[in-house]
Amino acid sequence: MTENKNVSPDLIEKIQALTLEAIEEAMIVLPDDVKNSIREASIREFSPVGRGELKNILENIRMAESLRVPLCQDTGIPVIYLTLPDTVPFSQSIIDAIYRAVREATSSVPLRPNLVDPISRVNSGDNTGDNMPPVHVKPGNKLSITVLPKGAGSENVSRIGMLLPSDKNNITRFVVETMLIAGSRPCPPVILGVGIGGTFDTAPALAKEALLMPISSMTLFELEICDAVNALGIGPMGLGGTITALAVKVRTAGCHTASLPVAVNIQCWASRRASREVRL
Amino acid sequence: MKLTTPLGEEIKKLKAGDSILLSGTVYTARDEAHIKMKEKGIPFPPVGAVIYHCGPVIKDGKVIAAGPTTSARMNSLSGFLIDAGVRAFIGKGGMSGEFLTQIKGRAIYLAYTGGCAALAAARMKCTGVHYSDLGMAEAVWEIILDDLPLVVAIDSEGNDLFYDVGEKAKSQFLERWSTKKADETGN
Repeated sequence: MTENKNVSPDLIEKIQALTLEAIEEAMIVLPDDVKNSIREASIREFSPVGRGELKNILENIRMAESLRVPLCQDTGIPVIYLTLPDTVPFSQSIIDAIYRAVREATSSVPLRPNLVDPISRVNSGDNTGDNMPPVHVKPGNKLSITVLPKGAGSENVSRIGMLLPSDKNNITRFVVETMLIAGSRPCPPVILGVGIGGTFDTAPALAKEALLMPISSMTLFELEICDAVNALGIGPMGLGGTITALAVKVRTAGCHTASLPVAVNIQCWASRRASREVRL
Repeated sequence: MKLTTPLGEEIKKLKAGDSILLSGTVYTARDEAHIKMKEKGIPFPPVGAVIYHCGPVIKDGKVIAAGPTTSARMNSLSGFLIDAGVRAFIGKGGMSGEFLTQIKGRAIYLAYTGGCAALAAARMKCTGVHYSDLGMAEAVWEIILDDLPLVVAIDSEGNDLFYDVGEKAKSQFLERWSTKKADETGN
């Protein structure tokens, strides 16, 4: 572990403690906008089977909160988003504090040890190792830590396409096709994070960042994609119904005049995220 | 409708799309457990039994989390269980292939809501374990259910909710997004 003398041990300790808090909250309590959206969906859903699935999900959300246990047995990979103000230099010691919090959470929450070596498949046992979990850093006004636990069921059916610039009217088609291929596998109703533009690596990062946005509102474009996805009729858990996607969130970046990268990061109904601000 | 294990002829009356509440003993089994049971024998009375595709988290004999796993991995591993008298399979995402022929007139497939690990844990009591050498996730756990809410996704006549929904989605997509249509609209 490297120490940076510009970041005080006191601050490092606070970062670790608040990361742990954010992980625990994310695993057990869904954000209000997601809970409200599922509640609304359970009223709007046309299929009785679909409504039954949504009722189970709502009951599960309540049980997790009252029993203080994780919402889903796939506690995922905790993807971390960090904002740092000008006064706090970015250093390895901050990353190390976050990794310590992930290890602590693995035994205290507890989390399922999900992290393995990609080739040998040996499990590290503590959800850290080999530059994981990912920590994304951006400048900001405050020191904030956001945790987005990402399960494998929905991650595995996510997709990137390098569309042609002339395909710009087919972005919606690509997103709908992604959900058609995914079917019941990502545990619908889903939230679709869509990243458009950037380079090959930017689009999926944008798609995942889109999942950090509240789903209480959508732009006209997002709503249009969402309606087109719901027209598939896949429904809650793929058993048929009107609600396949709760929301679609889009983020964009500029791109090469000859490119149109589009990435779709699928998120299951357990759209978990929690943030903490570290007071300086 | 309420059902209690062991199950008998009553499963033949159930139709794809029916909601049920299941109580009584079920046995968890994933890939490894199927292979082991085929080789070394089924460690519980199989007639009327129910298999749950699940790798639970059990701590001090208590069910902590027990959501369903993807059933399709067991498509080609379940024939011997049905032959021995197993009447129902609980899991996520449905099953296909030879399984559909094997269950005709004999067994059903029940879908449990994916990710609902906390709800499942609240309605389950662990009473025993077989083949514990396979590890926590792969062992055969004996679990008593208390009104677990399930949907009949494949009935004993072979009606299959997942298949129907998938086919409808495919044709809806083709109808709306076929290349021809996209061209016509200037896309």
